[in-house]
Amino acid sequence: MKSTRRSFIQKTALFSGAFCLGFDWFQANGKEVSMVQTTMESGRFNAFLAIDPSGKIILYSPNPEIGQGIKTAFPVVVAEELDVDWKDVEVRQANLDTQNFERQLTGGSGALKHSWERLRKAGATARKMFIQAAAQTWNVDASTCKTSKGFVLGPKGQKASYGSLVAVASKLPVPTEVTYKNRKDYQIIGKRTKGVDNKNVVTGKPVFGLDIDKPGMLIAQIIRPPFGATLKSFEAADALKMPGIVDVVSFKNKVAIVGKSTWEVMKARGTVSCKYNSGDFESDSTHKKWFDEGMVTDKATVQRKDGDFAAALARSAKVVEATYECPFISHSPMEPMNFFADVRADGTVLLAGPTQVPQSAQKAVASLLKIDEKKVEVELSKMGGGFGRRLNNDYALDAAELSSIIKKPVKVMWTREDDMGGGIYRPAARYHFKAGLDASGNMIAFYLRGVGINAGNSTRQDNFPVGAIENVLVESVNQVSAVTTGPWRAPITNFLGYAEQAFLDEVAEAGGKDPVQMRLDWLARAKSNPVGKITYEPDRFIEVIKQAAEKSNWKKKPGVHQGFSVYFSHLSYVAQVADAQIVDGKAKITHVTAVTDCGEVVNLSGAENQIKGAIIDGMGHAMFAKLRFNDGVASPTNFNGYRLIKGNEIPTINAYFVDNGIEPTGLGEPALPPTGGSIANALYAATKKRLYKQPFEV
Amino acid sequence: MSIQLTVNKKKMSLDIDPNTPLLWALRDHMSLKGTKFGCGIAQCGACTVWVNGEATRSCVLPISAVANADITTIEGLSDHGDHPVQVAWDELDVPQCGYCQAGQIMTAASLLKKKPNPSKTEIVDGMSGNICRCGTYHRIQEAVKLASEIASKKKTKSTVKKSA
Ligand code: FES
Ligand code: FES
Repeated sequence: MKSTRRSFIQKTALFSGAFCLGFDWFQANGKEVSMVQTTMESGRFNAFLAIDPSGKIILYSPNPEIGQGIKTAFPVVVAEELDVDWKDVEVRQANLDTQNFERQLTGGSGALKHSWERLRKAGATARKMFIQAAAQTWNVDASTCKTSKGFVLGPKGQKASYGSLVAVASKLPVPTEVTYKNRKDYQIIGKRTKGVDNKNVVTGKPVFGLDIDKPGMLIAQIIRPPFGATLKSFEAADALKMPGIVDVVSFKNKVAIVGKSTWEVMKARGTVSCKYNSGDFESDSTHKKWFDEGMVTDKATVQRKDGDFAAALARSAKVVEATYECPFISHSPMEPMNFFADVRADGTVLLAGPTQVPQSAQKAVASLLKIDEKKVEVELSKMGGGFGRRLNNDYALDAAELSSIIKKPVKVMWTREDDMGGGIYRPAARYHFKAGLDASGNMIAFYLRGVGINAGNSTRQDNFPVGAIENVLVESVNQVSAVTTGPWRAPITNFLGYAEQAFLDEVAEAGGKDPVQMRLDWLARAKSNPVGKITYEPDRFIEVIKQAAEKSNWKKKPGVHQGFSVYFSHLSYVAQVADAQIVDGKAKITHVTAVTDCGEVVNLSGAENQIKGAIIDGMGHAMFAKLRFNDGVASPTNFNGYRLIKGNEIPTINAYFVDNGIEPTGLGEPALPPTGGSIANALYAATKKRLYKQPFEV
Repeated sequence: MSIQLTVNKKKMSLDIDPNTPLLWALRDHMSLKGTKFGCGIAQCGACTVWVNGEATRSCVLPISAVANADITTIEGLSDHGDHPVQVAWDELDVPQCGYCQAGQIMTAASLLKKKPNPSKTEIVDGMSGNICRCGTYHRIQEAVKLASEIASKKKTKSTVKKSA
C-alpha cells in the first residue's frame, strides 16, 4: 500500500480558545510519521485532540466500536504519551471524512498495530508543545521541565496545567522530533481501562445502526433469492393494500417491501410471493462432491514446497493421515445487518449505519449511482458485533439502490433469518494431512491439501510447523460456488487452526512424543536452521508454549484430560491448554488456559475480554455451528436451529499475556484459531475419540 | 381502538395494529431504541423488558396482551443510569459490542429482585437464556454478583442512615 499523503499533526480551531491538534489516525503503515501544518477545514484529518483552557481533554475518535475495544484502546495510547489523567479525557465519536485516507478500516486485529506509532506521536507531540509553552513562560530551558497528569512541572517547583498553557501552546510550531515515554513510566497503558461507550450501552442509548431514525425515513426488508437463482416474477398485490406499505419494488433479483414501520413491513412481507427460475442449485451433496473432487484433482495449486515430500514419505517408518472438515457458518452478530440511505434529488447521498469499511461503502455507492464520491456522506454508528461480516458492504449498497429507486430515505433492516440465510459466510473447507515419521517418531515429511469452497487459498502455507520440517508440500484447491463467503473472525485460520492443531496431536501420539515438547523441538530447529522462509518468530512461539505448559500444570492434573494447541496469526502468538473432565459420564471442557503474546497490552480489561470472547467464540462454533444447504437455500436461519454457545456452557478461562513491551499486534482474533484444536485434543484425551468434523456436536 | 399502557412510569396510548410486538411498538412508535432486536422468536433475550415487573421477551408479545400493563425498559431501569446492575456492568467493563447488554441487564436486574443474594448456580442458570455473541459471559456472571453486593451495601447504608 503506497501512501500518497503524508501523515500529520496540526493545530486547528475545533473550539475557539482551545488547543487543538489534528492528526491522521489511519495513515498507511510505516514508522515515518511526519507532521505538517494544515487547517481543520481542509478536512484532511480524521482525529483530533483538543484541550480547552479548563483542562478538559477531548479526543475525537474516527473508530466506531464494533466490540474489539479500539475506541477505548486508541485514545489510551494518546493519553499516555500526552501524560494526562485518564479521568480528564473524554472520547467522542467523530464522523468520518473518508475522502483522504487509504485505510479507514475499523477493527480487524491489525487496527492497533497499524496505529500504535502515530497515536503515540500525536500524544507526545502535544506534550512537547505544552512543555515548550511552559518553558517559554517561565523562561527556563525546556529540558528542565517534566510533565505529570496534565501539568508541566518546572525546575524550581513551578507548576502549570495544560489548560492554562493553551493560549501559548497554540502559537507554537508543531515539533517534528519527539521522544516517547519509557514503558516503566506508563500510567494508563497496561492497566484496566473501562470501555468509553459503557455508559451509553448500560443505559440503552440509541447508538447502534438499527437505532438510526431520520426524518421521513421508511423501513424496508428485502427478500433475497436462493443462491444461484434468478427472480422470474413476484406477486405483491396483497402487500400493497396493507396498512403502512408504501411500495414493493424489485432490483437485482431481490424484492424490497417498503413501509412506515417494521411490523407493517414484516407482516406485508409474508404475503409477497416470489418465483425463481428452476435449476439445480447447490445442496450439501454438491459441496460434498466438490470436496471429494478437490481431494483427488491433479490441478491443485502448490502453495509451498520444501525438500521432496513424496520421497521422504516413501522412506518413512510410519505414516499418519487424516481428513478434517468444517462447514459453512454464519457470522451472526447480535445486531443483524442494516443500513440507512438517502439518495436525494440534488444528487447528494447520506449513508448511515454500521460498517467496518465506510470508505469502501462510499466508493461502491458512488460507483453504483455513477456520482462523485464527494457527494456521498457517511455517518457512522456503533456496531453490534461484526466478526468480519461488516467488512462487506452488500447491505449498504442495497439500501442506496433502494433509496435511489423509491427516491426516499430508507433504512433496510435484515431479520435474523435474512442475516443467517442471506449469505457472506465463513467458507467451508476440507483438509487432508499426511505426515511421515522416521524410526524415532520425528516428522520428516508434512503434507497439507486444503479444499475450500469460495475460500481462495484455504491454507497458510508458511505457518508453523512449516519451517521446521525438512520435506513439505502444501496445496490448495478452490471450488467456486454461488454461496457467498467472506472473512470471518481470523479468516481461514479459524478452521485451519483447528484442523492443523488436531492433526499435530495425532502426529505426536503416533511418534510417541509429548505434544508440547514436540513443538518446542521443532521450534528449536526453526530457530537455528529454518527450512525455507518462515514468517513467525520462534522465540515468541517458544515463550507462549512454555508459559502455557507451566500455568496449566500440563499433564500434572490428576483426573483432568488436557489438550494442547498453539497458533500464530495476525502477528500474535497464542498457546492454549484445554482441560476436559468427565462430568455425569460425558466429557466436558471445564477450563482453558491461554497465554498470548500480542506485544504491549494497551488495555488489560479490553484485552482479557477479547481473549476470553475469542475462546468462547471458537469453542461455540467448533461445538455447535453448521449451515446446511438445500437447493440454494441455507438452513437453519435462526437461533432455534443454529445454536450459539450460552453462559452455562462455558469453561473457566485464565488469560495470561507475555510481558515483552513489543509493538502491539493483533488481539481480537488470534485466540480463536487455536481453540478448536485445544478442545478437540482435550476431548480426545478424555474419550480416545478424534473429532474430524466441526461441529463436534450435531 | 387504542391501547393504553404505562412505559417507564409514563402513560401511553397507542393506536396501532394490536398484533404489533411490544418490541416494535417500543422502538418504532415510542422511540425507545434501547430494547434490541436479535432474533424475533424469543431465543436470544436481546429484547428483554419487564412487564409488570417480570422479565419478558418483547419480540413475541403483541401489544394487545400488555394493555394496561406496566412496562419497564432499559431506559427506565434507573433515573441516572445508576441501578446496581448498571454500575456493576460498567465497573467490570462487561460490554464488548454492547448490543446484547440491555437484555442482559434487564434479565439480571429482574433476577436480583427475586433473589437479592443469588448463588453462582442461580446466576448461571438465571442468565443463560440470554445470548452474547461476543462471549462476555464470565463478566456478566461476575457483574451480577457484584451488583448484588452493591445493592446490599446500599441497603445497609440507607438503613444505617435511617436508624441514625
Ligand atoms: S429478539 Fe426477542 S428474544 Fe431475541
Ligand atoms: S456484548 Fe456483543 S453480543 Fe454481547
